[in-house]
Amino acid sequence: MLRRNFIALAAATAALTLAGAPAFAQDVIKLGASAPKSGPLAGGAAVTHWPNIQLWMKEVNAAGGLKVGDKQMKIELVEYDDKTNGEEAIKNIQRLATVDNVDFLVAPYSTGLNIAAAPMIAKYGYPHIATTAATDGVKDFASRWPNSFWMLGTSTQLAEGIVQTLTKMKDKGDIGNKVALVNVADAFGLELVGAAKPLLAAGGFDIVYETSYPLGTQDLAPVISGAKAAAPDAFVAFSYPGDTFALTEQAQVQGLNTPVFYTGVGTAFPAFAKRFGAAANGIMGIGGINSSDPGVKGYLELHRADLGSDPDFWASATTYAGLQILGQAIEKAGSLDKAAVVEAIKGGTFDTVIGKVSMPNNVNENVWTVGQWNNGVFEAVAGDGLSVGAEPVKKAGWE
Amino acid sequence: MNILITGILLSGTYALIALGLTLQYGVARIMNLGNGETLVAACFVAFWLYTGFAINPLVGLLLIAPGAFLINLVIYLVALQPLVKRAKNRGQLEVDSILATFGLLFLLQGLMIVAFGGEYRSYTFLAERFDILGNSYGLNRIVAFVAAAAIAGALWFFLYRTRQGTAMRAVAVDPNSANLVAIDVARTAAIAFALGGALTACGGALISTFYTFNASMGVIFTMKALIIVIMGGVGDIRGAILAALILGISETLVASLIDPGLTLAATYALFILVLLFRPQGIFGRAPT
Repeated sequence: MLRRNFIALAAATAALTLAGAPAFAQDVIKLGASAPKSGPLAGGAAVTHWPNIQLWMKEVNAAGGLKVGDKQMKIELVEYDDKTNGEEAIKNIQRLATVDNVDFLVAPYSTGLNIAAAPMIAKYGYPHIATTAATDGVKDFASRWPNSFWMLGTSTQLAEGIVQTLTKMKDKGDIGNKVALVNVADAFGLELVGAAKPLLAAGGFDIVYETSYPLGTQDLAPVISGAKAAAPDAFVAFSYPGDTFALTEQAQVQGLNTPVFYTGVGTAFPAFAKRFGAAANGIMGIGGINSSDPGVKGYLELHRADLGSDPDFWASATTYAGLQILGQAIEKAGSLDKAAVVEAIKGGTFDTVIGKVSMPNNVNENVWTVGQWNNGVFEAVAGDGLSVGAEPVKKAGWE
Repeated sequence: MNILITGILLSGTYALIALGLTLQYGVARIMNLGNGETLVAACFVAFWLYTGFAINPLVGLLLIAPGAFLINLVIYLVALQPLVKRAKNRGQLEVDSILATFGLLFLLQGLMIVAFGGEYRSYTFLAERFDILGNSYGLNRIVAFVAAAAIAGALWFFLYRTRQGTAMRAVAVDPNSANLVAIDVARTAAIAFALGGALTACGGALISTFYTFNASMGVIFTMKALIIVIMGGVGDIRGAILAALILGISETLVASLIDPGLTLAATYALFILVLLFRPQGIFGRAPT
C-alpha cells in the first residue's frame, strides 16, 4: 500500500515536472520576481506591484512576446514571497539567480526591500529598475550599483511638491500660513518630515502642530484633536496606508475642516476613494497622475479592462513603465545578456505610460509629487518635469 | 474630558482584542498565537457580509460568533486536544500549544491571502459624528465600545453567576482539583477555547468597522492581546478589562499631553512595571 502510494506520488511528481518544463527552453525569457505577499507591506504590493507584472506579461505575451534578435520570446514568471523581510528578499534573489536561473528580475517592492536586495542583484549583474523606492539616497545608490535605476523620485522631491502646492495656494490667498505636520515614526516619515520642515520655514509657513506616531497605529483620535486645537490652514501627514485611512476618518468624524488635507501613502489607492466616496474630493496625497496624458489614459483603461479595478495612482504606472523599459531594453540589446541590457537602459529613451523616460544617470527625475482627488481620479497637482493634470484647489467640508 | 472619553473608547477596542485570549489562555491553557488571525479573519467575514450581501456587521455577529465557536471547537478537538492529553505538565502544554498555534497563525494567514488577497480592506459603517459633551467621536467606535461592554457584562454574568461559568473559573484556578469535584475538565476547556475564539471573532467584526486591515495584520492584535492578558492576570476577565482600560486611557493621555510617538513606550513601560511588581498580573494569584 505504502509502496504503491509512493510510486503514484513519484509518477505524479514526474508528470508535473515534465508539464512544468517549457518544451523549448531557449524560446522563453524567464523573469523572476520577489516581493511581499505577506507581512506589513503585502497590502501595498497587492495593489501596486503584483497586478502590474501580470498586466505587462499578459500584454507582451498576447503580442507574441519580445523580439530578441531574430527570435520572438514569450515571458515566463517565477515569483516568490519575501514576507516583507530583507533577509528573505536576498535569499529569494539568490535562489532566482542560481536555482531558477532567471534571465531578468522585477525589482522588489518598497524602498527598504529594494535597498536590501540591491547588492545581491548587483552581484549577479541583473538590471535593477526600482519603481517603488522613493528616498534621498537614490543618487548614491545609482553610483554604488551601476546596474540599478531609480524611477520614483526622492523624498525631497515629494516634500518639495507639497510645499510648492501650499505656497501656490497661499499666494493665491486660498490658505494662511499655519501648518500641522504629522508623520509616522519610521525611515520614510522621518525623511519626508526632515525634508519638509526647512522648506516650510523658507516658504514662510508656521508649523503650529507637529507630532509623530508609531508604525502601525490606527487609533489616531488624539493626533487629530491636537491638530484641530492648533487651528491649522493645512494638515500634512506623511503616513502609511492603515494610518492614512484612520487619520482621514478621524478628521471627518471630528470635523477637522482644513482647506488642505494631505495624507501620505495609501491616499492614491482606489480603495481610498471607494471608502470615502464624495468626501475624498479635494484630499491631497503623495503621487498623482495626469489623466489627460494619452499614455496614462491608455494605461488606466488597460488596467480597468484587464484587472477590473483602478490602479494605485502613485507608483502603479511607474511600476508598469519600469517593466516596459526592461522589455524595450531587451529588444534594443537584441540579446538576453544582462550587461548589454543595462547599457541599453542607460543609453536609451523609452516610450512608456508615464511618457518618455531616459535615465543617463540611472535616476528618473521626472515625477508627479502631489495628487488631489477629483471624482474618482487622483489628479496630479504638482510634479517635477512633467505637466500636471490640474491646479490645486481648496478642499470643501467633509459632507 | 475629551482625552478620557477617547481613552475609554480605545480601551473598549483593546478589551475586544483581549477577552477571547483570556479565556483561551486562562481556562484552556492554550497560548493561542493565532488570536490576531482569528480576529482579522472575522474582519474579512464582516467585510464580505457587508459589501457582498449588505449585512450590517452588528447583525453579522449573529453569524460570525456561532461560526467562530464551531470552527474553534473543531480546531481545539482536532489539533490541540492531543497536545493537552500528552502534556505531562502545564509548562509542556504551553510550549506545545505555542508551537501548534504558531502554525495555526500561518495557516489562517495563508488561507486569508488565498481568499481575499493581500490588499488593505476597509468599508464605511457608521463613520458618523457622535457628540458627547461638545466633542465628536466616531459612532462606530462608540458602538464597538457599547458592544464590548455588553460582551464583557455577559461574560462576567456567565463566569460568576452560572454553574458552567463557575466550573470554568475552577478549571482556570486548578485543573487537577477541578477534576476532583466532578468537573469535566476536558469538556470545559474545549468550550472555553471555542468561546474565546467566538469572542475574538466578535471583536474582529466590530473592529473592522473602523480599522483598515489586511491579511498580514494579525500579529499586531496578538501582541496587544498578550500584553493585556498578562497584565490583567491570566484567566481573569476583570483583570483583562482593567488592563485594557489602563492601557487605553494612558495611551491616549500620553498621546494627547506628551507625544503620540510615545504611546508604544507608555504601553511597554506599564507592562514592565506590572511585571516587576505584580508578575502574576493585576488580578492574578501568586503561585503557591
